[in-house]
Amino acid sequence: MNSLVVVLNLVAASLFIIGLKMQQRVPTARKGNLLSAVGMLLAVVVTLVGLGKVDWTFILAGLVIGSAIGLFFAYRVKMTAMPQMIAVFNGLGGGASAVVALSLVYHDVLERSVPDIGTAMGMDAAITVALSILIGGVTLTGSLVAFGKLQELLPGNPTLLPGRHGILAVVGLGTLAAGTWLAGFASGHGQIQAALWVLTGLSLVLGVLLVIPIGGADMPVVISLLNSYSGLAAAMTGFVIRNQMLIITGSLVGAAGIILTRIMCKAMNRSLANVMFGGFGAADTSTGTQGEYQNVKSSGLDEAAVILEGAQSVIFVPGYGMAVAQAQHALRDLAEALQRRGIQVRYAIHPVAGRMPGHMNVLLAEANVPYEQLVEMDQINPEFRNTDVVVVLGANDVVNPAANRDQKSPIYGMPILNVHEARTVLVVKRSLGSGFAGIKNELFEAPNTLMVFSDAKAALNGILEELKGS
Amino acid sequence: MEAFLAGLTVFVLAVFLGFEVISKVPPTLHTPLMSGANAISGVTLVGALYTAASAQADVAGLLGLLAVVLATVNVVGGYAVTDRMMKMFRKGK
Repeated sequence: MNSLVVVLNLVAASLFIIGLKMQQRVPTARKGNLLSAVGMLLAVVVTLVGLGKVDWTFILAGLVIGSAIGLFFAYRVKMTAMPQMIAVFNGLGGGASAVVALSLVYHDVLERSVPDIGTAMGMDAAITVALSILIGGVTLTGSLVAFGKLQELLPGNPTLLPGRHGILAVVGLGTLAAGTWLAGFASGHGQIQAALWVLTGLSLVLGVLLVIPIGGADMPVVISLLNSYSGLAAAMTGFVIRNQMLIITGSLVGAAGIILTRIMCKAMNRSLANVMFGGFGAADTSTGTQGEYQNVKSSGLDEAAVILEGAQSVIFVPGYGMAVAQAQHALRDLAEALQRRGIQVRYAIHPVAGRMPGHMNVLLAEANVPYEQLVEMDQINPEFRNTDVVVVLGANDVVNPAANRDQKSPIYGMPILNVHEARTVLVVKRSLGSGFAGIKNELFEAPNTLMVFSDAKAALNGILEELKGS
Repeated sequence: MEAFLAGLTVFVLAVFLGFEVISKVPPTLHTPLMSGANAISGVTLVGALYTAASAQADVAGLLGLLAVVLATVNVVGGYAVTDRMMKMFRKGK
């Protein structure tokens, strides 16, 4: 019986891995996700059968309530709100691992007459229980803060507390101390209970402190990192209940999050430490390269339409502003109108455009843009110099040529889309306001740039009207 | 201790496997990948089921119930929303 459970769990783990592998290509991705879900169903059924004769009340209630909530939000959420949705789900996953660990301590230690956690569960389980609470707790509150920032319930720019590094160090060390106390030293129910809840409380505070100083545009890194944490928390739970399937699965997710984190950091030319602790984008870092704009040329929608109409090749560069303006459908309409006139249309996607990895791709997919037309930065960059018109929609820092030329710029060295090499650049933007890095964008005063001062959606619809009229 | 070392071995190997499999996912699929991976991390549900099985209204049982709810939202919601996204990706004519 027991070995059958192990074998079936191994099958479930294999399904997760095959499922992820199928997500390497768009045509098989959806099936891969389904296969992974089948693996999950198998893992749950095997566990339920393995439990034998138990009272099913809580299990069934939990599964029904959780499924209802999950499905409700999964089908209700708008694609533009996907980053905060993923943040919340992530937090719940991490939170679940922490709560499992808490529950296990009560179940195996506090509701029995055993002196300390090491004797009751084994030293290895005692340590991983503490880690599970720590990582899970940080994931929960960190994700909720990220959600608050993305949903604009909290200020999007970094919140820098005075002496924040000191506070963080104290809370961090306190968390480690509480964890060590719980796993190794607390004896008697009173002490164990105290250690348990101090650890829980400090972990929750730590999650808030870690994410609150990070600005909105750095959210792709934060979400990827929290994704990794939720996996690690699950892996720790696997160590506690000695379930290898859980360890395998948790570490796969942990690895996925780390890879995405690394890609995001590289795309901003910043270290993870700088993103986490640098307070980038806060008011005090944004001085220096500011300055008045000179010789900015602007264009009306009619002129923009004429320029687009005369082009042979057009590249659109979407950014977070497109998501805010919900302009993805208007963009698709304009792109199709241009294509009908025989103009080549492509989209250039910077890795950190938007608020999570792949954000722009999902929005454009929602608007029915074929994914082959979306081109990654490295592939599209050599193409700009042979392109007639580039339309920048709500992107700013990722098209700032200062990143290539100005060694004093805070974004120097960050890989950008070289849109300034195109013959004409149309920048659709509501004002000359600065982007997340808080610096001036040289692109706006380049001789081949025309600013279209408008909301992205209104501009795209307006240009389309002009095209139809001509 | 032996179980722990076996677990650690599996953990390290699985991290390497994860790097191999996931670094080949194209950027266009990064969002669904993340939300799919997220759903998978709800596998902690398995642990939650153990602790909820007592179904007693003591601290352990109630925490177990809470854990089952949280993990199930993560799993079911995560897979559903990933499927919704992946359905949208289409090839050009």
